[in-house]
Amino acid sequence: MGSSHSMSEEIQELAEKTGFTSEQIEHLHRRFKQLSGDQPTIRKEHFDNIPDLEFNPIRSKIVHAFFDKRNLRQESDGLADEINFEDFLTIMSYFRPIEMNMDEERLDHFRKEKLKFLFHMYDSDHDGKITLQEYRNVVEELLSGNPHLEKESARSIADGAMMEAASICVGQMEPDQVYEGITFEDFLKMWQGIDIETKMHVRFLNMETIAQCH
Amino acid sequence: MTRLGKAGAGLGGAGPFLPLSVPLAALAPCGSLGPATAVVRGNEPGDFTSAPPGISEEIHPLSKHSSNHTGNGHSKPEKAFPVLGIDYTRIRIPFEISLWILLACLMKLGFHVIPSVSNIVPESCLLIVVGLLVGGLIKGVGESPPILNSEIFFLFLLPPIILDAGYFLPLRQFTENLGTILIFAVVGTLWNAFFLGGLMYAVCQIGGTGLNHIGLLANLLFGSIISAVDPVAVLAVFEEIHINELLHILVFGESLLNDAVTVVLYHLFEEFANIKQVTIIHILLGFISFFVVSLGGVFIGIIYGIVAAFTSRFTSHIRVIEPLFVFLYSYMAYLSAELFHLSGIMALIAAGVVMRPYVEANISHKSHTTIKYFLKMWSSVSETLIFIFLGVSTVAGKHYWNWTFVISTLLFCLIARVLGVLGLTWFINKFRIVKLTPKDQFIIAYGGLRGAIAFSLCYLLDYSHFNMRDMFLTAIITVIFFTVFVQGMTIRPLVDLLAVKKKQETKRSINEEIHTQFLDHLLTGIEDICGHYGHHHWKDKLNRFNKKYVKKCLIAGERSKEPQLIAFYHKMEMKQAIELVESGGIGKIPSAVSTVSMQNIHPKTLPVERILPALSKDKEEEIRKILRNNLQKTRQRLRSYNRHTLVADPYEEAWNQMLLRRQKVRQLEKKMNNYLTVPAHKVDSPTMSRARIGSDPLAYEPKPDSENLPIITIDPASPQSPESVDLVNEEMKGMSRLPPSPEEDEEGLVMRVKEPSSPGTDDVFTPGTSDSPSNQRMLRCLSDPGPQPEPEEGEPFIPKGQ
Repeated sequence: MGSSHSMSEEIQELAEKTGFTSEQIEHLHRRFKQLSGDQPTIRKEHFDNIPDLEFNPIRSKIVHAFFDKRNLRQESDGLADEINFEDFLTIMSYFRPIEMNMDEERLDHFRKEKLKFLFHMYDSDHDGKITLQEYRNVVEELLSGNPHLEKESARSIADGAMMEAASICVGQMEPDQVYEGITFEDFLKMWQGIDIETKMHVRFLNMETIAQCH
Repeated sequence: MTRLGKAGAGLGGAGPFLPLSVPLAALAPCGSLGPATAVVRGNEPGDFTSAPPGISEEIHPLSKHSSNHTGNGHSKPEKAFPVLGIDYTRIRIPFEISLWILLACLMKLGFHVIPSVSNIVPESCLLIVVGLLVGGLIKGVGESPPILNSEIFFLFLLPPIILDAGYFLPLRQFTENLGTILIFAVVGTLWNAFFLGGLMYAVCQIGGTGLNHIGLLANLLFGSIISAVDPVAVLAVFEEIHINELLHILVFGESLLNDAVTVVLYHLFEEFANIKQVTIIHILLGFISFFVVSLGGVFIGIIYGIVAAFTSRFTSHIRVIEPLFVFLYSYMAYLSAELFHLSGIMALIAAGVVMRPYVEANISHKSHTTIKYFLKMWSSVSETLIFIFLGVSTVAGKHYWNWTFVISTLLFCLIARVLGVLGLTWFINKFRIVKLTPKDQFIIAYGGLRGAIAFSLCYLLDYSHFNMRDMFLTAIITVIFFTVFVQGMTIRPLVDLLAVKKKQETKRSINEEIHTQFLDHLLTGIEDICGHYGHHHWKDKLNRFNKKYVKKCLIAGERSKEPQLIAFYHKMEMKQAIELVESGGIGKIPSAVSTVSMQNIHPKTLPVERILPALSKDKEEEIRKILRNNLQKTRQRLRSYNRHTLVADPYEEAWNQMLLRRQKVRQLEKKMNNYLTVPAHKVDSPTMSRARIGSDPLAYEPKPDSENLPIITIDPASPQSPESVDLVNEEMKGMSRLPPSPEEDEEGLVMRVKEPSSPGTDDVFTPGTSDSPSNQRMLRCLSDPGPQPEPEEGEPFIPKGQ
């Protein structure tokens, strides 16, 4: 990442852009280097080296989210092949805890950002709606840790959830109306009761790189 | 139970007589013998004597104060057989206990009849007032009112309340805030105790108050007794103000966990009062004993919890006693902890928390309901009794009023609490993501109520060592009254005034559950990527361990492998099925019925044979049973209605029935079609149509274009006379048989189930001998009927995100 002189400048820049402190950025940088094997960019394969991630049922979605261009705030769509440190930080900034001194507007913006990140994770085909199939996919992945379960169970749960979402978002529906999918506004409605800004955070306080990769 | 009357005839002057008299019961079997043969033997009261031949007698050792008159040894004129007698002392104790409990329950009832009062004054205050009145009454009559016996309090009145709290503890919030709660409980209580004790000592030293004789240790002991926030009082007050969950769990959790501190300090200072010199060793031992008491209590609780969970694994054949296991094991945990002077409250909580997820996976639905209601019932009664007795004890006890002591106690209590909360919050907020605002801090400080535990602890003090016990009692009672009355009454308007966030009545939905789980996994993943072994990482590890090893041991059968999402989904289904049925099924339709069905979200749904979530057989059976029982009741209701109407003509009766059914069906259909989404299986089979036509003379032909739409038909049990046909079957059947109404034509999904094989069963949902596996299960995928103004009835079966 260049000489140390420009590094602190870069760190400053990054700190302003993403909202992390320089200490946290340094920690994350160390971790980034560990993951990427000292290369400047990370690819999907690098995530395979993290041992604990294997048990995670939605592993592929998480990894996918890192490369999702919409999350990286790039104008284009689709998936990036590799991400650099700045992109890494951008993704991580979605998980920052809220600060005490945030005003209402910033808080709302913060909230929307986090929910958008989640929305992108659900909406895998990037069409701006979570369709029934995508939702089924999500539930199937969630239940993927139980091999003895039939696929039907996951499907019916997803169906039930979708119907509930439809009734919350649209209310009464005529029998011939079709509910296309959950749009972002509907998604916001569904999450209204849950305080996402307090739940969706990771403590970046102390991050000794305990976890080693293969 | 027979009692003997003492008839002196024939005995005249026999020694010391028994001061018993019992009516002659023996006369019945041997009527020819006159009263003269009734014998009283034995010179000592209470002897059982053997009966003279032909008379069966039994003398019971009654107390000497039997109200029946004592015989005199002289020959008495024959006493007529007493048809009615009074013997109060025999039943005295259970009678009085029942009377007290009845009084408590009637009081509770009364408060709700007069709603205006109970809106302003919390129930606990009213109960104390009642206690005062009752105590005054008893005193007025001349008797001495009973004082709240500490043993009864700790052994019988307190455990139900704590068990109720522990069993239904919202685990997710509790663990999220555990650090905060622990700090408040431990450090806060210690601070309170020492601050108060120290200041009171200083006050006592001030000349002129006549309190010089109270030493430092006594003051510290007093401080430790009164500093603990009381769970009973907190529960009683906070239940009514519906404050948001965070604050509720903070104050309530603190009140539960500070028991360990209180126990340690209490015993410590009590011991120290006997020792002349307090050395470092003692202090160190005290410090260690704190850990022993708390961790030991928790350990005992965990052991009992695991044993209870394990036991519940095998109770599938004797469902009736399942609740008893829960209660007994928990109570034993409490008693065992008390046996070793460990913290009984923590043991109880730990037992409840540990056993709950596994027990609930094992026991039947009815047992769960039983447990819930019994716990609520006992804890409610206990709480009421405690407050009433507090009132009575106030009247009854000896008091020693010392202005300085009492007022300064009150003052310092409040000051200590406020300072403690402020200081600790400042410290805690450095580590919390969701900071505690000043409003929160105010509520936490204001919610520090004292209650009966303090009173009972003080009452246990040994009089010989602490001769100022009466003064302590007075001060404690004053503080309790102040906190319960003043703080309890004003906290509600204050909460409204400060616009503190109230509890959100969220309906637990399947969506929420999915999202929560998704988020959990996401955060765990991110933590792993960051290399940060945080909160989520360890939780995930614990969950995996739980799933892999523990659940297999403690949960019976297939349920052990059931992932949480599925379990949650089943619970929701059950709940909705029950709600649907309980609301009459045929009765009112909830206001915001959702008309969303599968057609709406997936227009291309084909009548594919789909099987719904793999419900285990027992779950299915349970759901079926519930539905069947309730639907049966409906049928019976209608039937009995029909029985009394004058129907000359069986066909007319059938016609009437049909009309009634049609009407019901219309309503039911409206409702059912919102919920039922299971697609059918194959269309008309010859057996089915035969059965249909055979059983009901009014059967219709199926609609011609019914091939395209899957149709729900639930066929009657057997081709029998109309009378035996299950009404609901007819209704369901009628659904697809009615002349096409506009709404019906557009019905999305309708279900069909084959007729059950065995005749006579009116089991609506038994799958018949099917040829395809797909029509085995007919379950409903009930969607959420929309927001309803229903209060959430207690906790869900399985805690969220455990």
